[in-house]
Amino acid sequence: MWSYTLRRVLLTLPTLLIVVTICYLLLHATPGGPFDGERKIPAEVLANLQAKYHLDEPLWKQYVFYLRDLLHGDLGASFRYADWSVNDLVLRALPVSLTIGGVSMLLAIVIGVALGIAAALRRNSIADYVLMLASNAGNAFPSFVLGPVLILVFAILLKWLPAGGWNDFQLRYMALPVALLVMINVATVGRVTRASLIEVLNTNYIRTARAKGLPMRTIVLRHALKPTLIPVVSVIGPLAISSITAAVVTESVFSLPGIGKLIVNGAANRDYTLVLGLVVLVTVVAVLLNLLVDLAYAWLDPKIRY
Amino acid sequence: MKSASLAPMLEKAVAGRSPWQDARARFLRNKAAVVSLVLLVLITLACIVGPWLLPNEFDSTDWNATSVAPTLANWHLFGTDDTGRDLLVRCLIGGRVSLMIGALATLTSVTLGILWGAVAGFVGGRVDNAMMRIVDMMYAIPYLLIAILMVTLLGREFYLVVITITIFSWMDMARVVRGQTLSIRSKEYVEAARAIGVPTRRIIARHVVPNLLGIVAIYTTVTVPAVILTESVLSFLGLGVQEPMTSWGVLIQDGVGVMESSPWILLFPAALLSITLYCINFVGDGLRDALDPKDR
Repeated sequence: MWSYTLRRVLLTLPTLLIVVTICYLLLHATPGGPFDGERKIPAEVLANLQAKYHLDEPLWKQYVFYLRDLLHGDLGASFRYADWSVNDLVLRALPVSLTIGGVSMLLAIVIGVALGIAAALRRNSIADYVLMLASNAGNAFPSFVLGPVLILVFAILLKWLPAGGWNDFQLRYMALPVALLVMINVATVGRVTRASLIEVLNTNYIRTARAKGLPMRTIVLRHALKPTLIPVVSVIGPLAISSITAAVVTESVFSLPGIGKLIVNGAANRDYTLVLGLVVLVTVVAVLLNLLVDLAYAWLDPKIRY
Repeated sequence: MKSASLAPMLEKAVAGRSPWQDARARFLRNKAAVVSLVLLVLITLACIVGPWLLPNEFDSTDWNATSVAPTLANWHLFGTDDTGRDLLVRCLIGGRVSLMIGALATLTSVTLGILWGAVAGFVGGRVDNAMMRIVDMMYAIPYLLIAILMVTLLGREFYLVVITITIFSWMDMARVVRGQTLSIRSKEYVEAARAIGVPTRRIIARHVVPNLLGIVAIYTTVTVPAVILTESVLSFLGLGVQEPMTSWGVLIQDGVGVMESSPWILLFPAALLSITLYCINFVGDGLRDALDPKDR
């Protein structure tokens, strides 16, 4: 277990370093510098500016400086938003994304597990069909089609909910984006739970429990549930990645002031440092989350020995 | 006498159905898959031929006919958008771009995935380990963000979009092909072939490649919709092909802005994209059932 943990952690570091390096080099490969404006800057001023931001140093030195700042948690200054550092922008956007992402992940897992259990216990029942429908719909209706349709139905035709915006954590504004993210992810959890429970129910100890005459409810809740949930843990990592991806679309569709919206705006404005900073930040979070999920999985499943 | 009676029997055995003929028969019996395949072919043909046959141009604006609802007049069967461009032709042209990027990026990522997986599976050992760790790394990266960064920095050329999508779409295929290669390598019939002195080249050609083809075909049908989706997401976010060129993602994005007053501008491209994705999924399911009879 310890050697596995160590190996897994050691694998994470190069991943992060490679992503940061590639992004940084990509940024540097693009033509144009930060001070190439329409107004000409006097050569002496430009030299001073470049010296201040270490732009006159060789590339490897700039890279080392960037890494040093990164390790100190400093993502640099924005190219486009005057007076804003990337850190400030991130800190303002992060609560929005974390709330939407966290709530929707939690709901997707709870609803998905419940649906999966119901579908596994009664195949071809309503729960089974709902799950099948959800996973088929998830394949054919991408988030950027489903989102506008939700707005069209619930905001424009029925006028029940606002079409977008944030308004300081008001539930009414969170309902549609959260619903969209849940719809995207619930099928994954449901299908894994269903398959896993069906497998568990075929094992010998469940047959023994049945032979003892235990009621089905007790068998599922006391004996089958725990081993069923182990594979569910393993999809949380990919789920988080898909949530991050979906968040970019969701935040654009519902115009939420989150990380995803920031990154799309940054890309449209060619705000290089902002996009680079956000990519690095989100990648670090995603890679660490994957690490945690893998470790939790290894710890939970006694069958896995490393 | 004995050999004479054996000869016709041998010929009969040779004339038996190959696994591929078997698979084709199984596929043709699957109605959903066949209907989907026909629909897909029709959509593709319409996208290729349609713009030439229809009288409207995809980029010519008609200020007397802006945001016209679907009508038979002037062949505006899907209506027009808010600058009076014919939506039907734009949907077909957008389909050309989406399907073309989908086909190209699938081709490149499937090729990369097969090569990567086959080399890892054949060589094995340390090389295999290192190559698969790289695949693990790629999985942990939120690909859409890197794709956004790449498109922002490198530009929005057609081929750059294809390359960007390829970089993040080959890993599934690599994993599957590696697994399959490993399992084929240790099969008894390969061992038998080796024992009777069949050269490696022939083993690869006769035993390994045919056994890989089925799974490659199945996973290709998984890759195609994923790739088309990625392209659409990038386009939807305003990072795909540029105006007046268009793709389904761009058209959906255009439609979202005006869906309150003229919902058809959103609904037609969205429906086309969804139908296409749905059909590819059904064809994929049909292929899986046809090529992998164990897995039913």
